[in-house]
Amino acid sequence: MRLSRPARITLGTVTGLILLVIYLPLLVVFVNSFSTSTNLTWPPPGFTLEWWGKAFQNQGALDAIATSAQVAVLATAISLVLGTLVSLALQRHKFFGRDAVSLLVILPIALPGIVTGIALNNFFRTIIDVRLGLLTIVIAHATFCIVTVFNNVIARLRRMGTSLEEASADLGAGVWTTFRLVTFPQLRSALLAGGLLAFALSFDEIIVTTFTAGAGVTTLPIWILDNLFRPNQAPIVNVIAVVLVLVSIVPIYFAQRLAGAEQLQK
Amino acid sequence: MASSPSIERAVVPRPRETTARKISVFLSQHARVRLAFLLSAPLFWLGLVYIVALVSLLITAFWSVDSFTGEVSTQFTLDNVITVVTGSLYQAVTLRTVGVALLVTIVDIVIALPIAFFMAKVAGPRLQRILVIAVLMPLWASYLVKAYAWRSVLSQGGIFEWLVRPFGGESPGYGLPATIITLAYLWLPYVILPIYAGLERVPNSLLEASSDLGAKTGRTLRTIVLPMLWPAIIAGSIFSFSLSLGDYITVNIVGGANQLLGNLVYTNVGAANNLPLAAAIALIPIGIMIVYLTAARRTGALENL
Repeated sequence: MRLSRPARITLGTVTGLILLVIYLPLLVVFVNSFSTSTNLTWPPPGFTLEWWGKAFQNQGALDAIATSAQVAVLATAISLVLGTLVSLALQRHKFFGRDAVSLLVILPIALPGIVTGIALNNFFRTIIDVRLGLLTIVIAHATFCIVTVFNNVIARLRRMGTSLEEASADLGAGVWTTFRLVTFPQLRSALLAGGLLAFALSFDEIIVTTFTAGAGVTTLPIWILDNLFRPNQAPIVNVIAVVLVLVSIVPIYFAQRLAGAEQLQK
Repeated sequence: MASSPSIERAVVPRPRETTARKISVFLSQHARVRLAFLLSAPLFWLGLVYIVALVSLLITAFWSVDSFTGEVSTQFTLDNVITVVTGSLYQAVTLRTVGVALLVTIVDIVIALPIAFFMAKVAGPRLQRILVIAVLMPLWASYLVKAYAWRSVLSQGGIFEWLVRPFGGESPGYGLPATIITLAYLWLPYVILPIYAGLERVPNSLLEASSDLGAKTGRTLRTIVLPMLWPAIIAGSIFSFSLSLGDYITVNIVGGANQLLGNLVYTNVGAANNLPLAAAIALIPIGIMIVYLTAARRTGALENL
């Protein structure tokens, strides 16, 4: 199939339009973060840097960002380990119940967040009777983050094949050495991509978090939900959203570059 | 070995008999033990945390709450399930929720197909990488902020009205259409990415062969691309469908007074403090997703998530 020039141009235009719609709300957030109006009138009546100054002094917001980062780092670390283990098991071995295990990994993300949320809330409070807090959020997040790591790693394992690992074993390397020197380096960019997605997923999660956070723990989404409808806080929320999007360019860019570099090597 | 150990060692370094080495040898000879080692931690985690939680939620659906004391009674009863299945409120809300989730999914697929196709098959490697970043980046802007941004876009005197007023259009206001637009917007990257990955796996040589054999673009898309892409499309739809099915926050922000299943569950857990009824309502999306996943599994979509 060779696309004609008009077809390519049409596709390109459609893509451009879609991207425009994707970025329109983000643009509104960006502009509103400078607006003198606190109730989102368009076009903004005037511009000010007041909210940007206030946002960086807002202790509640800064604490919430720190809490969310802490939760996301822990949940990502756990899901990286568990996701890698389960994808190695499913890709390199055949066993009874393999389909069931893969379904089990997908289930926490395939079932609506509210189901996962109340199920875990009920489990923590009435079955094992632990106080809700930071740790319960980490456990909940890690559970549904496993799948993003799993997907990336298993796709990579499938493409890698086993010949290099077999060669390594034939040359006398043990199980650990082969993993450290042969398997892991090939998985690195898949782990980075999966880990990034897991981090983003955890950092932004609100539904499961609402049900697994204790009274004293405020993650960033919980803080935003508390402040979104307060007139003097909404512009600060806009500032924080803009900062997050801008900061996120860095890790995404490096993950893409790493993936691109690996593709070139092949 | 006793005659010239140093020379032999220099040629083939003999591994030292450490514990790690012994375990390594044992593991490489016993595939099943290796498998058990790999599986035990993830299965322990998912089984203990998730399955136990899910099963106990299912059991809770058959309990009840004493309306005087507010205590949960663990006596088996079908009351909640019967209420949910026969109550007209629950039926209406279920239909509305499934309708919204289906429309969101369709909108997302229709938007994702052309952009994913452009990314995978038209754009050069450099532009491709930029587009992937452009699609991924909005995922980092908070879900709540994006929903709130749509509230501001669609508000009276908002940017949407400002844009379409010259053409005689008006904003849909807050309600189900706004909910569908916002949800479709929120889940779009989750649908674009698997479809893009699926298209990347369709080899260009097949498309060229098809055109060499005389097939027009439409025919190639229908008979070559679509069958290969189908699992990826279903995989993407699982995200948008499931995420829409359980949402209750977006509909609060842009949905006006409308309620979805998530809202019913939420109010019963929170304000009404009736976990058994909430669990019974939660059975509806669980049931729907199980049917959906079973159907999706046949297409091989779960490998494409």
